[in-house]
Amino acid sequence: MKWILNKNMQRLLDNSTMVLFALTVLFFSLLSPEFFSFNNFFNILVQGAALAILATGMTFVLLTAGIDLSVGSIMFLVGVISGKMVVSGLPLWFAGVIVLGIGLAFGFVNALFIFRLKVIPFIVTLATFYAGRGLGLLISDTRAINLPESLLKLGSGKIWGIPVPILLMLIVVFLAYFILTRTNFGKHVYAVGHDPEKSRKAGISVNRVLLKVYLICGFCAALGGLVAISQLGAISPTFGLQSEFMAIAAAILGGTSLFGGRGSVFPGTLIGVLLIQSIQNGLVMINADPYLHPLITGSIIFLIVMIDSLQNMRRKKAKKLGLN
Amino acid sequence: MLLKMNKISKSFGEVAVLKSIDLKLEKGQLLGLVGENGAGKSTLMNILGGLFAPSRGTMELNAEPFIPNSPNDALKAGIAFVHQELNLFTNLTVMENLFISDFPKKSMLGLSFLDRKKAIRKTDELLSEMGLSISPLAKVDQLTAAQQQLLEITKILNNSPQIIIFDEPTTSLTRYETEKLFSLIRKLKADGTGIIYISHNLEDVMLLADQIMVLRDGQLICQEDKTALSIPKLVKAMVGRDLDQYFPSRTTMPAEENLLEVKHLFGGLVQEVSFSIRKQEVLGFYGLVGAGRSELARLLYGLDPFTSGNIRWKRNKISKPSPTKWVHEGMAFLTENRREEGLMIQQSIEKNIQLAGLTKERSLGNLIPKQIIKNKVRQQANANKIKYHDISRQAVATLSGGNQQKVVLAKWLLLGPELLILDEPTKGIDIGARHEIYTLTNNLVKAGSSILLISSDIEELIGLCDRILVMSEGRLTKEFQKGSFDRSNILAAALHGQEKDEKR
Repeated sequence: MKWILNKNMQRLLDNSTMVLFALTVLFFSLLSPEFFSFNNFFNILVQGAALAILATGMTFVLLTAGIDLSVGSIMFLVGVISGKMVVSGLPLWFAGVIVLGIGLAFGFVNALFIFRLKVIPFIVTLATFYAGRGLGLLISDTRAINLPESLLKLGSGKIWGIPVPILLMLIVVFLAYFILTRTNFGKHVYAVGHDPEKSRKAGISVNRVLLKVYLICGFCAALGGLVAISQLGAISPTFGLQSEFMAIAAAILGGTSLFGGRGSVFPGTLIGVLLIQSIQNGLVMINADPYLHPLITGSIIFLIVMIDSLQNMRRKKAKKLGLN
Repeated sequence: MLLKMNKISKSFGEVAVLKSIDLKLEKGQLLGLVGENGAGKSTLMNILGGLFAPSRGTMELNAEPFIPNSPNDALKAGIAFVHQELNLFTNLTVMENLFISDFPKKSMLGLSFLDRKKAIRKTDELLSEMGLSISPLAKVDQLTAAQQQLLEITKILNNSPQIIIFDEPTTSLTRYETEKLFSLIRKLKADGTGIIYISHNLEDVMLLADQIMVLRDGQLICQEDKTALSIPKLVKAMVGRDLDQYFPSRTTMPAEENLLEVKHLFGGLVQEVSFSIRKQEVLGFYGLVGAGRSELARLLYGLDPFTSGNIRWKRNKISKPSPTKWVHEGMAFLTENRREEGLMIQQSIEKNIQLAGLTKERSLGNLIPKQIIKNKVRQQANANKIKYHDISRQAVATLSGGNQQKVVLAKWLLLGPELLILDEPTKGIDIGARHEIYTLTNNLVKAGSSILLISSDIEELIGLCDRILVMSEGRLTKEFQKGSFDRSNILAAALHGQEKDEKR
């Protein structure tokens, strides 16, 4: 029976993203000696930091069977506003606090429409996706904003020898992991994603859980935006475009289900981010055609989703046989 | 007096669902609550459980006024509800399910978080008390139906309730597991817990209850000591008339001609099954849970692929059966899980009924003749005695179980099937609706169709069938002809395989 695989094969398939990540690293290391270096790994982590923070927030939303399409626009808006503020001479920390507040405000609006007016998340966040980008374009006059040195310094700065973006990413991922696995709220996120009605019966305040996940997602988007601009010299009108899809892709590659209730930030989403980022980095290293990048990312998603789907079918089959 | 409900009434809009109901429950007492679907049992219990507020009437708990505003209030007051549909999160672990409402916490650095060690230890304790040998960290979707049921009860006992409401707790349990549950219920009673037990299985109710309360059409018919009651008395109180003939008689005989022939069918659980069904025959399949009856029907209907075998329909070979093909040929399959597989639960009654028959009624230019279908649907709904108030707007989800089943049946009858497969058609359905379903199927046979009936209820098979085939562990073990039906022989044939297993 082809469905019954041996245990080792099984374990391999259960961790398909991890395996794929290892294979990717191996592949690029063989093709390009520079790829497999301490420096480059640091590079991948620094480049992936913003996406990891973004995808962490997205994972919370996906776990409740929701989606947040507005994160890329929040990133852009955050970039534009903080850029303008810093250029006009306001202190960095002040700009930071303001834009994090903007991220929370977006999350609040999303959540409000979702649980008060019962609009589906896809539609609500599609609206805030357009609104956010439009607002950003309006404020920036659709022109690129050149950023001052001080911001870039922050982006390349180090604390205890660890680059600031990596440090922020680790803090966010660790906090998220801790919240999801070790707090009441975390368990409620999974419960609501599985079945809101049952959650209500179990005494969980579903609305409060939804509000919190969209706030977290908005906050992470803003923080991710700050981390991203601290690595750029200027903010172009296309900044943050498609970031929402990168974040969703990373979460899904990490095993999070779009139907809610299943997935993790660590290792899940983090591995997803590393996979995407190392592929991008590797392709640059071997001088591949830049137009190949999205194509390859797409293929990888196909592959992972296919493995996952086959796994599910096999599991169902096994369960059926096991029951009898 | 533990619980008193005084003159409880409830109306939804214009419809009065409960009319001035009184209920009394003492400590350590088990009150059986029976009545047909739609009699108001669930509504009454939902009022007690804090899901609805009564339109009129009061409740007293331990001689104090009790006014729950939410399920949480009722839970805190010590009223627990074991719903027919389990309230478990299958994506979480056993431990997480037990504590989802309130985890044990510890604090560090001023932050409070879950105390996993403590939770696991407590879970272990609770599970061993229940005699459940599962790991606290097992995912719930990997448990069997019975384990899930017991886990749900464990969860409820964790809150040490004063009153437990059981709503049809045995539908997914085997007899052995049922016995286990019953001994647990007796233990709870002995500990002083008040229990309200809702079931259509009157034998179970008679076995367990101290007092039995009968509801009919939202009215209290009686609350009496069990000793003053008997099953016929209960049935009469529930239905409001004598059910002189439980199974309506049918005088038709099967024709000589075979409608369907199955030879050496293998696939999944099913091991070399051969049988045939004649025109106008009612063929029964009996077996224990997991004997492969539903699997056989699924193979036959093309819902699962079979590995080898031969299916002939009116002498024509059907090489690749599929539901589309069978609907076209005139075979219909009423599945076991009507909610998941048989109905679009949020759609209107009309939409559900017209679904399968649509393909047959095509007129000019392949358009759907709306009015014709509308009329046909209405006729069928009335013939099936479905109780509805608005056929084109009322969602099927708002109907009682028996009426939902009648909707599924109406859908297939509209198609005018030559062979109708019924898989546990009366599971969880009350006596009145059962009788109506039996009458409908009999009429179908009189009109010339055949029926393949899968049931775990021997009485039902004996009452309806021309022939009964018994399955055990995926194989056919015995065949019984009408006239030589015998309860114990049929059961013995079903157990046959298992006994062999134990001897090995």
